[in-house]
Amino acid sequence: MTPQLIVFLLLAALAIAAAVNVILQRQPIHSAISLIVVMIALAGLFLLLESEFIAAIQIIVYAGAIMVLFVFVIMLLNAGAEEHTNMSRMARYAGLPLAIFFLIELAYQIGAATVSWTPQPAAEGVTRGISMLLFQDFVFPFELTSVLILIAILGALVLAQRDEGVPTKGGQSEIT
Amino acid sequence: MQHDSLTAGGGRNVVSETIGQPSILLVSLVKVVVLLFLVLTAVAYLVWFERKLAAHLQGRWGPYRTGPHGLLQPLADGLKFLLKEDVTPAGADRFLYVAAPFLTMTLAISSIAMIPFGPASIRIFGEITPLVVANSNVGLLIIFAITSIGVYGVALAGWSSNSKYSLLGALRSSAQMISYEISLTLSIVGVLLLAGTFNLSELITRQSGHTWGILPKWNLLNPTFPQILGFFCYFVSAVAETNRAPFDLAEAESELVAGFHTEYSSFKFAMFFLAEYASMITVACLATILFLGGWLSPFPQIPALDWMRYLPSALLGIAGLALIIHGVRYSTILGRIALPLLGVVLCALAFLCSRPNVVFYVQGPFWFLAKVFVVLFVYVWVRWTLPRFRYDQLMRFGWKFLFPLALFNVVLTSFAVVMHK
Amino acid sequence: MPISYYLALSAILFGLGVIGFIFKRNIITIFMSIELMLNAVNLAFIAFGRALGQLQGQVFVFFVIVVAAAEAAVGLAIIIVIARNRQSLNVERINLLKL
Repeated sequence: MTPQLIVFLLLAALAIAAAVNVILQRQPIHSAISLIVVMIALAGLFLLLESEFIAAIQIIVYAGAIMVLFVFVIMLLNAGAEEHTNMSRMARYAGLPLAIFFLIELAYQIGAATVSWTPQPAAEGVTRGISMLLFQDFVFPFELTSVLILIAILGALVLAQRDEGVPTKGGQSEIT
Repeated sequence: MQHDSLTAGGGRNVVSETIGQPSILLVSLVKVVVLLFLVLTAVAYLVWFERKLAAHLQGRWGPYRTGPHGLLQPLADGLKFLLKEDVTPAGADRFLYVAAPFLTMTLAISSIAMIPFGPASIRIFGEITPLVVANSNVGLLIIFAITSIGVYGVALAGWSSNSKYSLLGALRSSAQMISYEISLTLSIVGVLLLAGTFNLSELITRQSGHTWGILPKWNLLNPTFPQILGFFCYFVSAVAETNRAPFDLAEAESELVAGFHTEYSSFKFAMFFLAEYASMITVACLATILFLGGWLSPFPQIPALDWMRYLPSALLGIAGLALIIHGVRYSTILGRIALPLLGVVLCALAFLCSRPNVVFYVQGPFWFLAKVFVVLFVYVWVRWTLPRFRYDQLMRFGWKFLFPLALFNVVLTSFAVVMHK
Repeated sequence: MPISYYLALSAILFGLGVIGFIFKRNIITIFMSIELMLNAVNLAFIAFGRALGQLQGQVFVFFVIVVAAAEAAVGLAIIIVIARNRQSLNVERINLLKL
């Protein structure tokens, strides 16, 4: 029972509990909060795997910006509790147990696999190494992602605009 | 099978090194407790300082009666917050309503764990540790991560209060926070380019030395490219990020009642209040570390200026004597006892700081706290001098002025760094 | 600590994401299950990257996070449009191609 294993088990338990909570909650805002907890637990796991830069990026970008977008949309749309309709009998008695069984089986088989990797410690600092890779080997995908983000911004702006027509000089808007 | 273990083959694992040794944990615990106590006291007296400074800027006295010179005002406020009736609005989301102020306050206080207060290492329980709770290699990124999560405290507080003023205030406030977060992180990229590391202690040591022998090499006055634009962008973004005037539209009294914390009372409101001042302190500490040279002294370390070592004890002694002389002629009896007592304590501290085995350890924290005090003074000064921004002016300023300005700073700094090499 | 533990956790989180995707009816919660799946994949990437001693795993996670951000922005905009037009966030009501 090394200390590393204890920390891993704690963080993993937190991540799984929060992920189950995402599914079990009826209000979307509670699901969003649970998902944020999952992301923070994963950031802790990244720290355990010595990827401190990605852990910080996960919290700043994923948990701190993308999930804020989710929370904003939930608040703007005033999303309330899900309707409580019972699942079909097939889903309740066959689907859900099969899904959980499949999940446990998958996890067990993957967890019990003994693969022999020979791990090498990182040659240089993590941030420095990532930036070297990002700006030398992966510079083309990096520039492409900036174009992708620009396209996403434009798309989101155009989609979320209200379809009210063009306002004229007199202040009245006409439907085009 | 040892082959697929992550620590075999010489890979070092910091986590098991830290957790495996109980003495390091104990030392960290001591540092955390001391820092927590200091931070909470500092936050309480920052409130007092702001009220006094605001009052004097407006030509009045401020808190004067509760204790000598209003020094017991934080105690009175704390008691008030604890004893007030705790009202929960009908229809509020119970869990989120209670969790939001806890989240905000926890995040605001925990970011002070990364701040280094001095260069020296002190000895606690036989372990030599630096004057910082967590000396991480990505310390700066962790502080920004904590700031990013802080948006949720505001958003959830507004949503869970089940009130239209709260919701509108929360939406505006969190939109403002995420907008200014971008220029906040961009404004320090210049500093990172000049230093090349995220480690806060390293950032300070890279600013040591003096150009031409007299001007300190702080990042504000860097010989390669002075980060004046960066400091301006950082300070303005930080004021907006902590929802302080002139960017406090979301919580101003004359606007949306009180914004996202309209429906909060007693201790939960106190937690929001404390969180705001604690994040003010964090931002001020970061500003001194990044731009003003942290715990470095502005005077060059030449033998002729060796007597500067006694400056902290000299200042403490002067303050103590002034308090004693003023206190014995104070109007109330409590003042006539408490103020001279405080003065005597300060004189004793001054004597302690001039002892040869203590004077070295006092230098770093003294300059650090002095600079943080100056930054906080400017923070409060700006609040009570400038008028408030309107919301659309605020968003336009953040996106169309500050963000391009920070980008421009990054471009110029990188150009200067490349030229220098 | 064997790396297969991290992969098992990644598999469990991915599976939970799939379960949420299939069983939930609120469109925003379905979208959040997709994000959960992406996070599980990120964990697998980092674990493999660490086991092989390379940093490409972390670079790829960087790209996955960026793409997830772009996808979340556009997806949520679409959700806002749908919710505005259908007045409901229940996927069982969004079953016509004509808006």
